[in-house]
Parts: sequence; structure tokens; C-alpha cells
Amino acid sequence: MRRISVLLLFVLLALVQPAFAQSAEEAYGLLGSGNFDQVRRGVETLAASGDARAATIIAALQNGKLFAATADHALYIKQDDGSFAAAATGKPAPDIAAGAVKPVRVNNAIRSAMDAALGALRLMAPDPATRAAAAEAVFHSHEPAALPALAKALAHETDPDVKLKLQQAQAAALLSSPDASEADRLAAVAVLADRGDQDSRSLLDGLSGQPPSVAQAAAAAIASIDRSLALWGILQSVYYGLSLGSVLLLAAAGLAITFGVMGVINMAHGEMVMIGAYTTFVVQQIIRASAPGLFGASLLIAVPMAFIVAGALGILIERSLIRWLYGRPLETLLATWGLSLVLQQVVRTIFGANNQDVGTPGWMGGSTMLGGITLTWNRNYIIIFAVLVLFALMAALRFTSLGLRMRAVTQNRRMAAAMGIRTPWIDALTFGLGSGVAGMAGVALSQIDNVSPNLGQSYIIDSFMVVVFGGVGNLWGTAVSALTLGIVNKFLEPVAGAVLGKIVVLVLLILFIQRKPRGLFPLKGRAVET
Amino acid sequence: MTDDQMKLDRRSLAKAGIALAATAAVGAAATAASTPAAAQASGGTIKVGILHSLSGTMAISETTLKDVMLMLIEQQNKKGGLLGKKLEAVVVDPASNWPLFAEKARQLISQDKVAAVFGCWTSVSRKSVLPVFEELNNILFYPVQYEGQECSKNVFYTGAAPNQQAIPAVDYLMQENGVKRWVLAGTDYVYPRTTNQILEAYLKTKGVAPDDIMINYTPFGHSDWQNIVASIKKFGSAGKKTAVVSTINGDANVPFYKELGNQGIKATDIPVVAFSVGEEELAGMDTKPLVGHLAAWNYFESVDNADNKAFIDAWHAFIKNPKRTTNDPMEAHYIGFNMWVKGCEKAGTTDPSKVIPAMIGVSVPNLSGGFSAMMPNHHITKPVLIGEIQADGMFNIVSQTPGLVVAQEWSPYVADTKDLIGDWRPPMSCGAFNVVTGKCGSGAKAG
Repeated sequence: MRRISVLLLFVLLALVQPAFAQSAEEAYGLLGSGNFDQVRRGVETLAASGDARAATIIAALQNGKLFAATADHALYIKQDDGSFAAAATGKPAPDIAAGAVKPVRVNNAIRSAMDAALGALRLMAPDPATRAAAAEAVFHSHEPAALPALAKALAHETDPDVKLKLQQAQAAALLSSPDASEADRLAAVAVLADRGDQDSRSLLDGLSGQPPSVAQAAAAAIASIDRSLALWGILQSVYYGLSLGSVLLLAAAGLAITFGVMGVINMAHGEMVMIGAYTTFVVQQIIRASAPGLFGASLLIAVPMAFIVAGALGILIERSLIRWLYGRPLETLLATWGLSLVLQQVVRTIFGANNQDVGTPGWMGGSTMLGGITLTWNRNYIIIFAVLVLFALMAALRFTSLGLRMRAVTQNRRMAAAMGIRTPWIDALTFGLGSGVAGMAGVALSQIDNVSPNLGQSYIIDSFMVVVFGGVGNLWGTAVSALTLGIVNKFLEPVAGAVLGKIVVLVLLILFIQRKPRGLFPLKGRAVET
Repeated sequence: MTDDQMKLDRRSLAKAGIALAATAAVGAAATAASTPAAAQASGGTIKVGILHSLSGTMAISETTLKDVMLMLIEQQNKKGGLLGKKLEAVVVDPASNWPLFAEKARQLISQDKVAAVFGCWTSVSRKSVLPVFEELNNILFYPVQYEGQECSKNVFYTGAAPNQQAIPAVDYLMQENGVKRWVLAGTDYVYPRTTNQILEAYLKTKGVAPDDIMINYTPFGHSDWQNIVASIKKFGSAGKKTAVVSTINGDANVPFYKELGNQGIKATDIPVVAFSVGEEELAGMDTKPLVGHLAAWNYFESVDNADNKAFIDAWHAFIKNPKRTTNDPMEAHYIGFNMWVKGCEKAGTTDPSKVIPAMIGVSVPNLSGGFSAMMPNHHITKPVLIGEIQADGMFNIVSQTPGLVVAQEWSPYVADTKDLIGDWRPPMSCGAFNVVTGKCGSGAKAG
């Protein structure tokens, strides 16, 4: 009897070896089939086959570099130099022409399968960051099939951070496994409760068929995660409010000069922002064409360019249009509104009505976690940029001779003229400064909004709201009012919805202006009355 | 009449329509063969109105449609025109201003005496011109997917009704991705509200609990999506596969997708299926973070067949820019224009009162590799395609309905309209016939 079983074992072992080869073989066939379902099965089969090339082939598929011959469905990997290599062996295949192969197409189901497969295959990678990412991928897929690989990786792991991630992945996979013990499951729930983020909550909430004690522990863990997420949620809303406020501040800072300091009701202010955004687009186009290496710095180059372009245009507008209309607010309003339509149509004629693709440099993409709140990098940079612009503007008004003259002219025009200041030029330069700041705002807005001829329209009302609420002529007031409006908006939005939230903010603002017509921080003194 | 009988009726109606379409196609081929003899008999031109915004917010989408119409008219003139006459385009600019649409439509019909008008994008612009077309008895070809719940004698709807776009997309996610929880996000106006009302009712018939549906509306051009995207993420963390059905319109899409990318929501976690995002909208976006998100249309530029390739080549040559994309509403105009040409040939005239009845049953090739037919409800049959966004801004077609889908102009999932059908053939000749009461309501009634 024993002999027979030994014999059987030998037969089995003999079968296993070709079975490996055969399953890899089968996976190649499935991958080349051109049918989404079969390609997904191919990825799973290949990952399970233990084939040495599995990780390379799946990574090639993920990057769109896996090609199948149209004739015999043989698989090739496209190399960086554009040539092809046979997928199964990695040997170059110089006789394969680009026309004879088609990329293997993937859908979301295949993408999930690839993430899970690569995660399991890369748990032992030499680079700790790769291992951590792999553990995260396994956590998301929580396939019980990855348990042996996880156990092996845990035994070898030395990096404490990666070890924690591996334990979390193991806990996730254990809970999905049908034959884990109750004690293991309870320990796994505890690990997930410690992790305490939305993904763990999602996993715990989706559990089914658990023993009663485990289900109870999971419910308790969900409740505790919910409590901590609710607290973090408040901080997150504050962050969202700050970031919306910084956008409003940027959009309104230029208007605080042209409307706040000079008193020109400039309806074409939004178009200056739009022109700043288009300047960014043009700068990026030039960099893409002539110096692609500089692309990461394209926004830094675009900031002064946008200031110059929009500022020059502002001076031109002041000299040709606005200076004839001082003291006639109604005509100024109509003329600048007409001007805004003209500028929109000019941009539409030059660049077309479509949105333009302004790229995001790598350092501005993605997000980071601070405790339980997500901070997105582009928003962080915009907050910093808004603060910088605000301080630069204040410094320019306070410490430069141009700033001194600007303040002199706006406070007492005739006296300033008597002192020898050329008031018409100061008017033009002040308007240019306001427009230039609006142009810089356009660079920032190109990162979060559409670069289309309509860009400015969506900010003009908000900008006026901010300036009026903050108190006309006061930069600090503008800053405080932008942040207040941003935060109030973000706290109202989840409760009242985006549409109603906006209406509520507007109604509150009207009531406030009824009580305090000069805004939050009214300017005091004799000069105000003129 | 029970619901089942109703469905049966709709189905037999559809069959009758297809049979009709087949015979008409043969008939039309015969007329087409006989027209060259009659050609060059009379001088003058036939005027065709183009009513698309060339300035204002909607210019981004509508300018392209004006261009594609000019191209189609040019092509038709090269083929010898229509009924022996050259076609002449009359282009007006309603400037994204809804009341101006009605004014411009009246000008086109009464002053310029156009034989038909191709135009409108938003539902509100269509609703604004509808009374003008009905009063002056002219023809409007409307090329955009819309919310349904309308069936006018004077409008031919060449875009998709909800069952030709939204419902197949939801079915796809349910079957292929096992989605159990739904976020219906839209811009706050008539199309998203009606579509979401239909989808909500449909999802409930499929056993989705009310707790598993989240509905969110945002204003036009909404640009700060941070906490809405965060709340979608939170909604998706309830342990069930979640998807977003987006009826977000126009400019608001770019910041929405950017925020999704920034907060790291990948298509494999929470897929977003959009009904208003096509190749044209993606052209202004960095699509790498969006790979795998979906869109449902009746046409994609990436459709691989000879007709489509010829159309794209002609478009690039006409617009003199090889980078311009083609999209679904352009295909709808292509179908609509060819149908109108056939309808005129069938009627032997461009007189709208004769062309309107002749249009029903006309069948022309569409660009996704088949034929589309004009049904008695003035909507057309279409295939439904689901595409995933690729890194190059094109769509990878992951699913296609096996046959053509007949439009349901009145949704069977909305209580008010479930008994209504539209059939403009005599003797019924009604846009909103109530099969329960046997009475004919108003065709332009909103849902």
C-alpha cells in the first residue's frame, strides 16, 4: 500500500513539472487571444505558473508594451529602442515588423488582475518601496491565494514599515480566506482596526460569512474607524476651505488693486486671468517643442511671463479705454464687459474654442497623507503661491517707490500731482499691476481648471464678492474674506449640496453687506470719502 | 394594459419599424438611381440652416458640429447636390443664449427659407426652438444624446435616448464589474436630472437598495471638486463595489477628473462612466490618470472600419488639422444629414411637410459598422458602445451591444410616461399616445 502511494507521489511529481511549463504555455496562448476574459485568465495563470518571466511579461502588459502577432498570436515585448523581443525567452526578434503585431488591449478587470499578480510577484523585490507598493496591492486585492507568498515574505522582511504593510495585507487576505481559524480572524480584524483608514473600513464592511465573534469585532472596529474618520473629516474640510480660499484670493488679488485701490469696476478682470492661463499654455508649448528637459520648471517660467503679458495688456487697456471713463462707473462697467467679450472671442479665434491641454509637472501631481487627511500637492502649492503673491503685493505697495506713488495718487490725486507725480502714468501702472497679478493667478488656475476662453467668467463674480466682502481697498481684508468664504463654502457643501451651498453663501453675504456696507475691514480716514 | 403587454407592443412596433426600414432602403436606392436623370433640370440652391453656438460657453462643443455640417454639405455638392440643385449652408450664431436660439431659428425658417435645420446642443436650447419649428412646420435635426421624454413631429432626434446610452452602460458595470453601489453625479439641469430619475428607477427595479444610491448635483462649470470627490471616496468604502455614473456637463469635467486623479481614485477602485465626455473633451486633458474610466456612446473615433476611416480622413482634410478628433454628435449629424438627403430623394422634394412623413423608415449606414434607421418615433436605431479611456486620449471599446437598440422616447421607468408611445405614422400621428387611455397628449410635454 505504502509502495503504491510512493509511486503515486512520484507520478504526481513527474506531472507537476510539465504542468508548470504547460500552464505558462497556456497563459501565453490566453494572453495573445485578443479576448478580454481570456487575457485576464492568462494573467492569473501566468502569475500562478511560477514562470520566471511572469513578472516581466505582466509588467510589459501593464505598460502597454506587450504585443501579439496578428498571424500566430505569438507574444513580443517592445523594447525601449522600438525593437521587439520574444516574450517567452526575452531573445531579440529582429524580423518582427511593427505592422505585424498589435498591442494586447486591457480593460479594468485585467488591470485589477495585473495589480494583484504583480503585487504577489514583487513581495520579495530588493527595493523596499517596491515591496511596500506590492504589499499595498495585495492588501487591495486580498486574494487568499497570496497567503503563502505573504508568509514567506514576512519571514524575510527586515524593514519595519514594509513589515507592517505585509501584516496588513496578510490580515486582509486571511479574512477573505474560507479556512482561517477564528483566532487568526480576530487578530486580523485588530490589525485592520489599527490601520484605521477608509480602505480598512471598506474591507471590514464587505465581510460576509464570518463567525459571530469576528462579525462583532468587525462591527466594533468599523464604529471606531468611523469616529476617528469623522474627526479627521472636520480638519479635511478646513483644508478644502483653505485651498478654495487660496484660489479665490489669487483670483481676487488683482481685482483688489484695480477695483479696490483704483475704483475701476473691471469686468474684464477674469479675462486677464484667462490670458495668464493661455500664456502658461504657450510657454509649455514652446518648452515641449524646444527644451523638453525644462518641462518641470515650465510653471516657474510661466509665472513672470504671465505677469508681463497680462500686465502689458492691462496698461494698454488703461491707456486706450479706461482712462476716458474715470468717474463714470456705469460706462466703465459696460465698456469693460464688452471688452471681456472681445477678449474671449479673440482668444477663441486664435486658439480655437476647445480646451487646451496644460500639463502638470510631476512634482505637482498626486497627494500625501497627514494623519487622516489627504493633502493634494497641486492644492498645497497653490496655497503657498497665493500667500507669496499676497505678501509680494503688500511689499510692493509698501516698500517700493512705485507703491508709494500709487498710494499717494489714490489717496489724494491733486496733491500727488502737485508733488510732481505723473498721475496718468501711475494710473496705467497700477492697472497694469492689478492685471499682471490676475495673469499670475491664471498660471495657478491652469492647474485646476479648464484652459478655455470661458475660464475667466467663472471667477469674476466670486472675485467681486471677495473684494466687497473684505472691504474695498484693503488687501488683508481680501485675504481674510477669501479664506472665510472658502471655508464656509466647504462646510456648507456636504450639508446643503453644491448648488444650495452657493445660494446660502450669497444670501449670507447680502445680509452682511446690509449690516456693514463697507465690508469686513473698511478703510478709515478722510481719503475714503473722495 | 399590463406592463408586459406594453413591452410586447413596443417590441412589435420595433419589428415593424425595422421591416419598414428595409423596404424603404430598397425604395430609396431605386429613387437614388433615378435622380441623376432629373438632375441639372433646375437652377437655384437648396438652403440648409446650421444653428450652432459659435461663441459663448457652448462654442467649445458646437463649433465642431458647424464645421462637420459644412463638410457634409460640401461633400454632397461634389456628388452632384440634391435633386439636381446645389446645397447652400446658412450659418447663424445663437451665441449660447437660449432665447436667441428661438430668434435665430425663426430667422432661418422665415427669412432664409431653409429646407431643414441642423442644430442645438443643450436640451434647453432645443426646448427653446421647439415651438418655432412646430409653428412654422420645419425640420430640426438634433444630434446630441438627451434625456428623452419628448417626441415632436418636427424634430428628428439623431442622438441617443437614455435607453441607448445610460441603461446599457449601467448594465455593463453591473454585469462585468459587479457594481452594487452607485453614485449618480450630474450638473444641475434638465438632462442629468431626468436621466438620473430614470436611472434611479431602473436601479431599484434591479434590486439596488435606496441606501446604495447617492445622487449629487453641482452647478454649471463647477471647479472645486475636493469634498465631493472625497465624499464619493467615502461612499465607496462600504465594502461593495462602487461606480460613478456621471452626467456632469462640459467644462466641469476637467477639474472633476483632475481631482479624481489627485486623490488617487483609480478606475479599478471606483470606475466613472460618463455620458458627456468624448474625444473632444479629453483633448484638453492629461489622460494618464484617467486610464480605465469609461464612457458610453454610440460611436467612438477608435471604431475600426473602412467607413469610419474615410470619415476621419475627410474630416482631417477638411479642417486642415490632423490632430482634430471626431466624436459621437458628429456621427449623429453624419447620419442625420444622409437620412435627410435620402428622405428628400424619397419625397422628390425638400418641402418639409412632404419630407417629414418620408423620413420614417429611411435607413443609412452609420460609422460603427451597420445601418441606422429612422423609426416612427422620430428617433433612430443605434448600437451602444462602451469605451475605456486610454493613455492617448482615445477610447478602447470594451463592449458593444450585439444588435441595434431602438430608442424609447418615453421612459418606461418613469411613472408619468410609462404608458406613452410616439408614432408619427398615420393614422396615429401622435408624439405622446397613451396606450392605457387611448388618448393623444402633447408631443413636446416635458417629463
